[in-house]
Amino acid sequence: MCNLHGELLEAYDSYRTELLEAGLLLSSGVEGVYGLSGTFEGIIEAFERYVTRSGAELAPEVMRFPPILNRKTYLSTDHIETMPDLMGSIHTFKGTQMEHLDMINKKEQGEDWTNNLAPADVMMVPAACYPLYPTARDTILPEEGRLVDLRAFVFRHEPSPDPARMQIFRQREYVRLGTPEQARAHRDYWLNKGQEMLKAIGLPVTAELANDPFFGRGGRVMAATQKEQELKFELVVPVATDKKLTAISSSNCHLDHFGKEFNIRTADGNHAHTACIGFGLERIALALLKTHGLDPEQWPAEVKQVLEI
Amino acid sequence: MNIEKVREILSTHGRLTTPVDSLQDDSDLYQAGLTSLATVGLMLALEDEFDVEFPDSALSRKTFGSIESIAETVEELLE
Repeated sequence: MCNLHGELLEAYDSYRTELLEAGLLLSSGVEGVYGLSGTFEGIIEAFERYVTRSGAELAPEVMRFPPILNRKTYLSTDHIETMPDLMGSIHTFKGTQMEHLDMINKKEQGEDWTNNLAPADVMMVPAACYPLYPTARDTILPEEGRLVDLRAFVFRHEPSPDPARMQIFRQREYVRLGTPEQARAHRDYWLNKGQEMLKAIGLPVTAELANDPFFGRGGRVMAATQKEQELKFELVVPVATDKKLTAISSSNCHLDHFGKEFNIRTADGNHAHTACIGFGLERIALALLKTHGLDPEQWPAEVKQVLEI
Repeated sequence: MNIEKVREILSTHGRLTTPVDSLQDDSDLYQAGLTSLATVGLMLALEDEFDVEFPDSALSRKTFGSIESIAETVEELLE
Protein backbone atom coordinates (compact mmCIF):
# COMPACT_ATOMS: atom_id res chain seq x y z
CA MET A 1 0.00 0.00 0.00
CA CYS A 2 2.78 2.40 1.05
CA ASN A 3 4.78 1.38 -1.98
CA LEU A 4 1.88 2.02 -4.28
CA HIS A 5 1.33 5.40 -2.64
CA GLY A 6 4.97 6.30 -3.20
CA GLU A 7 4.83 5.10 -6.80
CA LEU A 8 1.73 7.18 -7.45
CA LEU A 9 3.29 10.33 -5.99
CA GLU A 10 6.34 9.80 -8.18
CA ALA A 11 4.17 9.37 -11.28
CA TYR A 12 2.10 12.50 -10.47
CA ASP A 13 5.21 14.54 -9.86
CA SER A 14 6.89 13.30 -13.02
CA TYR A 15 3.91 14.05 -15.32
CA ARG A 16 3.29 17.42 -13.67
CA THR A 17 6.94 18.40 -14.08
CA GLU A 18 6.76 17.43 -17.76
CA LEU A 19 3.65 19.59 -18.25
CA LEU A 20 5.13 22.56 -16.40
CA GLU A 21 8.43 22.34 -18.27
CA ALA A 22 6.59 22.18 -21.59
CA GLY A 23 4.69 25.32 -20.53
CA LEU A 24 1.33 23.56 -20.92
CA LEU A 25 0.51 24.14 -17.24
CA LEU A 26 1.51 27.31 -15.40
CA SER A 27 2.14 27.00 -11.68
CA SER A 28 0.13 29.13 -9.25
CA GLY A 29 2.02 28.03 -6.16
CA VAL A 30 -1.07 26.19 -4.90
CA GLU A 31 -1.57 22.49 -5.55
CA GLY A 32 -4.26 21.80 -8.09
CA VAL A 33 -4.57 25.37 -9.42
CA TYR A 34 -2.91 26.11 -12.75
CA GLY A 35 -2.87 28.50 -15.64
CA LEU A 36 -3.16 26.84 -19.04
CA SER A 37 -1.21 27.56 -22.20
CA GLY A 38 -2.82 28.39 -25.54
CA THR A 39 -2.01 24.88 -26.74
CA PHE A 40 -3.73 23.32 -23.71
CA GLU A 41 -6.75 25.58 -24.08
CA GLY A 42 -6.84 24.80 -27.80
CA ILE A 43 -7.24 21.09 -27.02
CA ILE A 44 -10.16 21.87 -24.70
CA GLU A 45 -11.79 24.09 -27.33
CA ALA A 46 -11.41 21.38 -29.99
CA PHE A 47 -12.86 18.74 -27.67
CA GLU A 48 -15.78 21.02 -26.78
CA ARG A 49 -16.61 21.52 -30.46
CA TYR A 50 -16.51 17.71 -30.80
CA VAL A 51 -19.00 17.42 -27.91
CA THR A 52 -21.22 20.04 -29.55
CA ARG A 53 -21.18 18.16 -32.87
CA SER A 54 -21.89 14.87 -31.08
CA GLY A 55 -24.96 16.25 -29.30
CA ALA A 56 -26.26 18.49 -32.10
CA GLU A 57 -28.88 16.06 -33.40
CA LEU A 58 -30.53 16.11 -29.94
CA ALA A 59 -30.99 19.89 -30.21
CA PRO A 60 -30.16 20.73 -26.58
CA GLU A 61 -30.91 24.10 -24.97
CA VAL A 62 -27.59 25.81 -24.27
CA MET A 63 -26.98 27.57 -20.95
CA ARG A 64 -23.81 28.93 -19.41
CA PHE A 65 -23.48 29.83 -15.73
CA PRO A 66 -20.64 31.48 -13.80
CA PRO A 67 -18.55 29.46 -11.31
CA ILE A 68 -20.44 30.90 -8.33
CA LEU A 69 -24.02 30.21 -7.36
CA ASN A 70 -26.65 31.52 -5.00
CA ARG A 71 -25.91 30.35 -1.45
CA LYS A 72 -29.58 29.40 -1.05
CA THR A 73 -29.40 27.20 -4.14
CA TYR A 74 -26.30 25.56 -2.74
CA LEU A 75 -28.14 24.77 0.48
CA SER A 76 -31.05 23.26 -1.48
CA THR A 77 -28.75 20.60 -2.91
CA ASP A 78 -27.44 18.15 -0.32
CA HIS A 79 -23.80 19.01 -0.94
CA ILE A 80 -23.26 20.33 2.59
CA GLU A 81 -24.69 17.09 3.98
CA THR A 82 -22.70 14.77 1.72
CA MET A 83 -19.42 16.44 0.67
CA PRO A 84 -18.75 19.32 3.12
CA ASP A 85 -15.00 18.89 2.81
CA LEU A 86 -15.08 19.83 -0.89
CA MET A 87 -17.14 23.02 -0.65
CA GLY A 88 -15.98 26.54 -1.36
CA SER A 89 -17.79 29.27 0.55
CA ILE A 90 -17.15 32.85 -0.54
CA HIS A 91 -16.52 35.42 2.16
CA THR A 92 -15.82 39.11 1.96
CA PHE A 93 -15.21 42.07 4.23
CA LYS A 94 -18.36 43.82 5.42
CA GLY A 95 -17.02 45.54 8.53
CA THR A 96 -16.46 49.10 9.74
CA GLN A 97 -13.40 51.34 9.36
CA MET A 98 -12.15 50.20 12.78
CA GLU A 99 -12.62 46.57 11.89
CA HIS A 100 -10.77 47.18 8.65
CA LEU A 101 -7.76 48.51 10.55
CA ASP A 102 -7.96 45.51 12.88
CA MET A 103 -7.90 43.17 9.90
CA ILE A 104 -4.93 44.94 8.29
CA ASN A 105 -3.12 44.82 11.59
CA LYS A 106 -3.68 41.07 11.82
CA LYS A 107 -2.46 40.65 8.25
CA GLU A 108 0.70 42.59 9.01
CA GLN A 109 1.33 40.58 12.18
CA GLY A 110 0.91 37.34 10.22
CA GLU A 111 -2.19 36.50 12.25
CA ASP A 112 -5.45 34.99 11.01
CA TRP A 113 -7.31 37.92 9.44
CA THR A 114 -10.08 35.78 7.93
CA ASN A 115 -12.12 35.94 11.16
CA ASN A 116 -12.99 39.49 10.10
CA LEU A 117 -14.79 38.25 7.01
CA ALA A 118 -18.47 37.54 6.58
CA PRO A 119 -20.18 35.21 4.09
CA ALA A 120 -21.24 36.66 0.72
CA ASP A 121 -24.47 35.53 -0.93
CA VAL A 122 -22.60 33.08 -3.13
CA MET A 123 -20.81 29.74 -3.02
CA MET A 124 -18.43 28.14 -5.52
CA VAL A 125 -20.28 25.85 -7.93
CA PRO A 126 -19.52 22.23 -6.98
CA ALA A 127 -21.09 20.62 -10.09
CA ALA A 128 -21.99 22.20 -13.43
CA CYS A 129 -25.67 21.23 -13.24
CA TYR A 130 -26.47 22.83 -9.84
CA PRO A 131 -27.22 26.33 -11.20
CA LEU A 132 -29.67 24.85 -13.72
CA TYR A 133 -32.27 23.47 -11.31
CA PRO A 134 -33.51 26.71 -9.73
CA THR A 135 -34.22 28.03 -13.26
CA ALA A 136 -36.71 25.16 -13.65
CA ARG A 137 -38.21 25.53 -10.17
CA ASP A 138 -42.01 25.08 -9.94
CA THR A 139 -42.34 24.18 -13.62
CA ILE A 140 -44.03 21.34 -15.48
CA LEU A 141 -41.82 19.81 -18.15
CA PRO A 142 -43.05 19.23 -21.71
CA GLU A 143 -43.94 15.61 -22.58
CA GLU A 144 -40.56 15.03 -24.18
CA GLY A 145 -38.74 16.47 -21.16
CA ARG A 146 -35.82 18.88 -21.50
CA LEU A 147 -32.20 18.47 -22.53
CA VAL A 148 -29.69 21.13 -21.49
CA ASP A 149 -26.09 21.66 -22.59
CA LEU A 150 -23.99 23.15 -19.77
CA ARG A 151 -20.40 24.06 -19.19
CA ALA A 152 -18.97 25.61 -16.03
CA PHE A 153 -15.90 25.86 -13.89
CA VAL A 154 -16.51 23.82 -10.75
CA PHE A 155 -14.61 24.00 -7.46
CA ARG A 156 -13.64 21.09 -5.23
CA HIS A 157 -11.29 21.65 -2.35
CA GLU A 158 -8.96 18.72 -2.76
CA PRO A 159 -5.42 20.01 -3.28
CA SER A 160 -3.32 17.24 -4.78
CA PRO A 161 0.02 16.69 -6.49
CA ASP A 162 -1.88 14.77 -9.20
CA PRO A 163 -2.13 17.19 -12.15
CA ALA A 164 -5.45 15.53 -13.04
CA ARG A 165 -6.95 16.48 -9.66
CA MET A 166 -7.45 20.21 -9.99
CA GLN A 167 -9.26 22.33 -7.43
CA ILE A 168 -11.05 24.21 -10.17
CA PHE A 169 -11.82 22.74 -13.57
CA ARG A 170 -14.46 22.67 -16.29
CA GLN A 171 -17.28 20.20 -16.75
CA ARG A 172 -19.20 20.02 -20.01
CA GLU A 173 -22.55 18.35 -19.45
CA TYR A 174 -25.73 17.22 -21.10
CA VAL A 175 -28.48 17.15 -18.48
CA ARG A 176 -31.85 15.53 -19.01
CA LEU A 177 -34.95 16.43 -17.03
CA GLY A 178 -37.94 14.16 -17.56
CA THR A 179 -39.65 10.93 -16.56
CA PRO A 180 -37.67 8.15 -14.84
CA GLU A 181 -37.49 6.35 -18.20
CA GLN A 182 -36.27 9.43 -20.07
CA ALA A 183 -33.58 10.10 -17.45
CA ARG A 184 -32.36 6.50 -17.39
CA ALA A 185 -32.34 6.31 -21.20
CA HIS A 186 -30.28 9.53 -21.37
CA ARG A 187 -27.74 8.14 -18.93
CA ASP A 188 -27.46 4.85 -20.80
CA TYR A 189 -27.28 6.54 -24.22
CA TRP A 190 -24.44 8.83 -23.16
CA LEU A 191 -22.58 6.13 -21.26
CA ASN A 192 -22.23 4.32 -24.62
CA LYS A 193 -21.84 7.41 -26.74
CA GLY A 194 -19.21 8.82 -24.38
CA GLN A 195 -17.14 5.64 -24.68
CA GLU A 196 -17.38 5.73 -28.49
CA MET A 197 -16.40 9.41 -28.58
CA LEU A 198 -13.38 8.98 -26.31
CA LYS A 199 -12.21 5.79 -28.03
CA ALA A 200 -12.43 7.60 -31.38
CA ILE A 201 -9.78 10.05 -30.15
CA GLY A 202 -7.51 7.23 -29.03
CA LEU A 203 -8.35 7.13 -25.31
CA PRO A 204 -8.76 3.48 -24.20
CA VAL A 205 -11.54 4.15 -21.68
CA THR A 206 -13.42 1.54 -19.70
CA ALA A 207 -16.69 2.03 -17.84
CA GLU A 208 -16.67 1.46 -14.08
CA LEU A 209 -19.48 1.50 -11.56
CA ALA A 210 -18.56 4.36 -9.24
CA ASN A 211 -19.61 6.44 -6.26
CA ASP A 212 -19.23 10.06 -5.27
CA PRO A 213 -16.57 10.88 -2.64
CA PHE A 214 -19.04 11.20 0.24
CA PHE A 215 -17.60 12.57 3.47
CA GLY A 216 -16.48 10.49 6.41
CA ARG A 217 -17.36 7.04 7.64
CA GLY A 218 -21.04 7.69 7.13
CA GLY A 219 -20.16 8.43 3.53
CA ARG A 220 -19.28 4.79 3.08
CA VAL A 221 -22.91 3.85 3.63
CA MET A 222 -23.97 6.48 1.09
CA ALA A 223 -21.39 5.20 -1.38
CA ALA A 224 -22.60 1.61 -0.94
CA THR A 225 -26.18 2.74 -1.53
CA GLN A 226 -25.22 4.67 -4.67
CA LYS A 227 -23.35 1.65 -6.02
CA GLU A 228 -26.15 -0.79 -5.22
CA GLN A 229 -28.54 1.37 -7.20
CA GLU A 230 -26.02 1.64 -10.09
CA LEU A 231 -26.49 5.40 -10.28
CA LYS A 232 -22.99 6.46 -11.28
CA PHE A 233 -20.61 5.19 -13.95
CA GLU A 234 -17.23 6.65 -14.75
CA LEU A 235 -15.15 6.32 -17.88
CA VAL A 236 -11.60 5.77 -16.69
CA VAL A 237 -8.24 5.84 -18.44
CA PRO A 238 -4.57 6.00 -17.39
CA VAL A 239 -3.39 9.61 -17.10
CA ALA A 240 -0.31 10.13 -14.92
CA THR A 241 0.00 6.38 -14.28
CA ASP A 242 -1.61 3.10 -15.24
CA LYS A 243 -1.45 1.97 -11.59
CA LYS A 244 -4.48 4.10 -10.77
CA LEU A 245 -6.93 5.05 -13.48
CA THR A 246 -8.46 8.52 -13.75
CA ALA A 247 -12.13 9.25 -14.43
CA ILE A 248 -12.48 11.62 -17.38
CA SER A 249 -16.25 11.40 -17.76
CA SER A 250 -19.17 10.31 -15.64
CA SER A 251 -22.78 9.41 -16.29
CA ASN A 252 -25.15 9.84 -13.40
CA CYS A 253 -28.77 9.24 -12.48
CA HIS A 254 -29.99 11.60 -9.72
CA LEU A 255 -33.42 9.91 -9.47
CA ASP A 256 -35.97 12.55 -8.33
CA HIS A 257 -33.54 14.22 -5.93
CA PHE A 258 -33.47 17.59 -7.74
CA GLY A 259 -37.03 17.22 -9.07
CA LYS A 260 -38.33 17.06 -5.47
CA GLU A 261 -36.06 19.74 -4.04
CA PHE A 262 -36.90 22.27 -6.78
CA ASN A 263 -40.47 21.09 -7.43
CA ILE A 264 -39.90 20.27 -11.07
CA ARG A 265 -42.69 18.03 -12.37
CA THR A 266 -43.40 15.92 -15.42
CA ALA A 267 -46.64 16.21 -17.41
CA ASP A 268 -48.18 13.38 -15.31
CA GLY A 269 -47.70 15.42 -12.12
CA ASN A 270 -44.83 13.37 -10.67
CA HIS A 271 -41.51 14.83 -9.62
CA ALA A 272 -39.08 14.92 -12.51
CA HIS A 273 -36.06 12.65 -12.61
CA THR A 274 -32.73 14.02 -13.81
CA ALA A 275 -29.58 12.48 -15.26
CA CYS A 276 -26.37 13.80 -16.73
CA ILE A 277 -23.22 13.01 -18.63
CA GLY A 278 -20.26 15.14 -17.68
CA PHE A 279 -16.92 15.43 -19.45
CA GLY A 280 -13.98 16.61 -17.35
CA LEU A 281 -12.37 18.93 -19.89
CA GLU A 282 -8.93 19.50 -18.31
CA ARG A 283 -8.63 15.78 -17.54
CA ILE A 284 -9.48 14.85 -21.12
CA ALA A 285 -6.78 17.24 -22.37
CA LEU A 286 -4.32 15.71 -19.88
CA ALA A 287 -5.25 12.19 -21.02
CA LEU A 288 -4.77 13.17 -24.68
CA LEU A 289 -1.39 14.78 -23.95
CA LYS A 290 -0.27 11.69 -22.02
CA THR A 291 -1.50 9.24 -24.65
CA HIS A 292 -0.45 11.03 -27.84
CA GLY A 293 2.42 13.22 -26.66
CA LEU A 294 2.82 16.83 -25.55
CA ASP A 295 2.70 18.31 -29.05
CA PRO A 296 -0.79 18.10 -30.61
CA GLU A 297 0.77 18.79 -34.04
CA GLN A 298 2.38 15.36 -33.78
CA TRP A 299 -0.76 13.48 -32.73
CA PRO A 300 -1.99 10.59 -34.92
CA ALA A 301 -3.78 11.82 -38.05
CA GLU A 302 -7.05 10.06 -37.19
CA VAL A 303 -7.20 11.76 -33.78
CA LYS A 304 -6.57 15.18 -35.33
CA GLN A 305 -9.19 14.44 -37.94
CA VAL A 306 -11.88 13.57 -35.38
CA LEU A 307 -11.01 16.63 -33.28
CA GLU A 308 -10.68 18.78 -36.41
CA ILE A 309 -7.31 20.20 -35.35
CA MET B 1 -32.82 -6.33 24.84
CA ASN B 2 -30.76 -4.79 22.06
CA ILE B 3 -33.78 -4.89 19.78
CA GLU B 4 -35.66 -2.53 22.09
CA LYS B 5 -32.72 -0.13 22.31
CA VAL B 6 -32.27 -0.24 18.53
CA ARG B 7 -35.97 0.61 18.13
CA GLU B 8 -35.60 3.51 20.54
CA ILE B 9 -32.54 4.93 18.74
CA LEU B 10 -34.21 4.37 15.39
CA SER B 11 -37.25 6.37 16.43
CA THR B 12 -35.05 9.27 17.58
CA HIS B 13 -32.50 9.29 14.74
CA GLY B 14 -34.04 7.37 11.84
CA ARG B 15 -36.29 10.18 10.54
CA LEU B 16 -38.59 7.46 9.18
CA THR B 17 -41.84 8.25 7.43
CA THR B 18 -43.44 5.18 9.06
CA PRO B 19 -43.66 5.04 12.89
CA VAL B 20 -41.13 2.58 14.30
CA ASP B 21 -43.86 0.95 16.46
CA SER B 22 -45.68 -0.21 13.37
CA LEU B 23 -42.59 -1.93 11.92
CA GLN B 24 -41.70 -5.60 12.25
CA ASP B 25 -38.14 -6.51 13.21
CA ASP B 26 -37.52 -7.60 9.63
CA SER B 27 -39.35 -4.74 7.88
CA ASP B 28 -37.34 -2.95 5.18
CA LEU B 29 -36.22 0.33 6.75
CA TYR B 30 -35.49 1.95 3.39
CA GLN B 31 -39.11 1.31 2.44
CA ALA B 32 -40.01 2.93 5.74
CA GLY B 33 -38.21 6.12 4.68
CA LEU B 34 -34.66 5.67 5.96
CA THR B 35 -32.39 7.92 3.88
CA SER B 36 -28.63 7.59 3.52
CA LEU B 37 -28.08 10.77 5.51
CA ALA B 38 -30.31 9.53 8.35
CA THR B 39 -28.32 6.29 8.29
CA VAL B 40 -25.21 8.28 9.21
CA GLY B 41 -26.95 9.82 12.24
CA LEU B 42 -28.33 6.44 13.18
CA MET B 43 -24.92 4.82 12.98
CA LEU B 44 -23.26 7.49 15.15
CA ALA B 45 -26.06 7.22 17.74
CA LEU B 46 -25.75 3.42 17.84
CA GLU B 47 -21.97 3.68 18.29
CA ASP B 48 -22.47 6.12 21.12
CA GLU B 49 -25.15 4.10 22.88
CA PHE B 50 -23.45 0.70 22.63
CA ASP B 51 -19.88 2.02 22.79
CA VAL B 52 -18.87 0.17 19.65
CA GLU B 53 -17.41 1.18 16.30
CA PHE B 54 -18.82 -0.15 13.06
CA PRO B 55 -15.94 -1.53 10.99
CA ASP B 56 -15.72 -0.62 7.30
CA SER B 57 -17.05 -4.06 6.36
CA ALA B 58 -20.31 -3.29 8.21
CA LEU B 59 -20.83 0.11 6.59
CA SER B 60 -23.20 -1.21 3.95
CA ARG B 61 -26.81 -0.68 3.03
CA LYS B 62 -27.59 -4.23 4.20
CA THR B 63 -26.46 -3.58 7.80
CA PHE B 64 -29.04 -0.83 8.22
CA GLY B 65 -31.76 -2.54 6.18
CA SER B 66 -33.84 -3.80 9.13
CA ILE B 67 -34.09 -3.58 12.93
CA GLU B 68 -33.05 -7.21 13.13
CA SER B 69 -29.98 -6.69 10.96
CA ILE B 70 -28.87 -3.65 12.98
CA ALA B 71 -29.32 -5.54 16.26
CA GLU B 72 -27.39 -8.55 14.90
CA THR B 73 -24.50 -6.33 13.80
CA VAL B 74 -24.41 -4.59 17.19
CA GLU B 75 -24.53 -8.00 18.91
CA GLU B 76 -21.51 -9.17 16.90
CA LEU B 77 -19.60 -6.00 17.72
CA LEU B 78 -20.31 -6.43 21.44
CA GLU B 79 -18.95 -9.98 21.48
